[in-house]
Amino acid sequence: MSKTKDTLLDPLFNNNPIALQILGICSALAVTSSMKVSFVMCIALTTVAAFSNLFVSLIRNQIPSSIRIIVQMTIIASLVIVVDQILKAVAYDISKQLSVFVGLIITNCIIMGRAEAFAMKNPPLPSLLDGLGNGLGYSLILMVVAFFRELFGSGTIWGVVILPSTTNGGWYVANGMMLMPPSAFFIIGLLIWGLRSWKRSQIEKAEYKLSPNAKPSEVS
Amino acid sequence: MANESVTKTISVAVVLCIVCAIVVSSAAVVLRSAQEENKLLDLKANILASAGLLKSGLSIESQFEAISSRIVDLDTGQYITDLDPVNYDQRKASKDPKLSIALTPDQDIAKIKRRVKYATVYMSEVDGKIDKLILPISGYGLWSTLHGFIALESDFSSVAGIGFYEHAETPGLGGEIDNLKWKKSWVGKKAFVDDNLKLTVLKGRVNRDLPESIYQIDGLAGATLTTRGVDNLIKYWLGESGFGPFIESLKKRDALYVQN
Repeated sequence: MSKTKDTLLDPLFNNNPIALQILGICSALAVTSSMKVSFVMCIALTTVAAFSNLFVSLIRNQIPSSIRIIVQMTIIASLVIVVDQILKAVAYDISKQLSVFVGLIITNCIIMGRAEAFAMKNPPLPSLLDGLGNGLGYSLILMVVAFFRELFGSGTIWGVVILPSTTNGGWYVANGMMLMPPSAFFIIGLLIWGLRSWKRSQIEKAEYKLSPNAKPSEVS
Repeated sequence: MANESVTKTISVAVVLCIVCAIVVSSAAVVLRSAQEENKLLDLKANILASAGLLKSGLSIESQFEAISSRIVDLDTGQYITDLDPVNYDQRKASKDPKLSIALTPDQDIAKIKRRVKYATVYMSEVDGKIDKLILPISGYGLWSTLHGFIALESDFSSVAGIGFYEHAETPGLGGEIDNLKWKKSWVGKKAFVDDNLKLTVLKGRVNRDLPESIYQIDGLAGATLTTRGVDNLIKYWLGESGFGPFIESLKKRDALYVQN
């Protein structure tokens, strides 16, 4: 039981795909300027992560290793297209705002990474949970980033005005940089800093050590 | 059969491809009608919204019944009847060499490369006279082609509204072309003075004390290139090579109507 729970919840803080593995940054930068759009993106990615893991795991014993990557890709790509089609049918406005980013889930390293690293070696149920957990870990970071970007960039949360901005006759001068993709870098960086200060085991060992000053001391 | 044999590899690949193809294509077929309905509804909502006619609470379909659509030959400015406005896809036609003309760089101020020969125009009528005229407009901004509508009042000069339904400008900067307050600032501006196109989007703010402010629009702060794009596409579509001849002919028809 506790192992099942770990599979699902570990990716939230202990092994977060964005904050620890630094995967899936591309879409985390691109879609987080509003919370509503980010939320739909999170649902889409979590669905694809969970089901691609499930299907890859179901046929894992049949996949010849020489074509395993392309088999995973085909499954992922098919799922992404289905999700994209569903979004266009039921949430047209938001799918318009997400534009190509739903399609780009295909190349999201988190999905591919979990299929290759987990689903190929584990039974279907844990794989499904692992996909779900990683999707949630991704969603957690995305929603936090989107919260700050939307609040300081447009003065709204979930489209509801919190800080009335000057462009709409209020007092808050919106921080334009928060709406640009680079701001997500800063926020994700700060989140990683915070997370690693809290869970110190996540701090990586330095790959090299600075040698002491190599300048020879003067010989008198 | 070993997993690594050639037969196994090929059969796994083939079976997987067939299964995935069936899943993907059935999803596309099952959902197509819902998607097309959404697309059409979205377009109708945008047409209504650009003319300031969209009311919340009422179904878009029922509101759109008051709008009629016609097809105009942009060169002559006359209506044509051999194309059906319901089936004519102007966006598709703009890429079709038979239905569009290539623009030379100096003609192409809105950077659209090709211009359709025939455009769909929308109008709401009161007593057989046009009350609001809604014209499709498009042009390049900073990152993307902006697609939208501009609506004119019955004098064919006062702006009744503007709206863009598709663009990929930076949210918060160029994306502010969706800002309601900015869109409202267009309402009541005059596009023409003695048949000369005067409507301009400025860089910076309009000085409201000057008499020419009646045909000037505030630029968007931090979005100079998008602003310039909007200015260019207005100049293009309301100008001689856009809807100019059509608006001209409407004015003449109105003059006749008054005389009779």
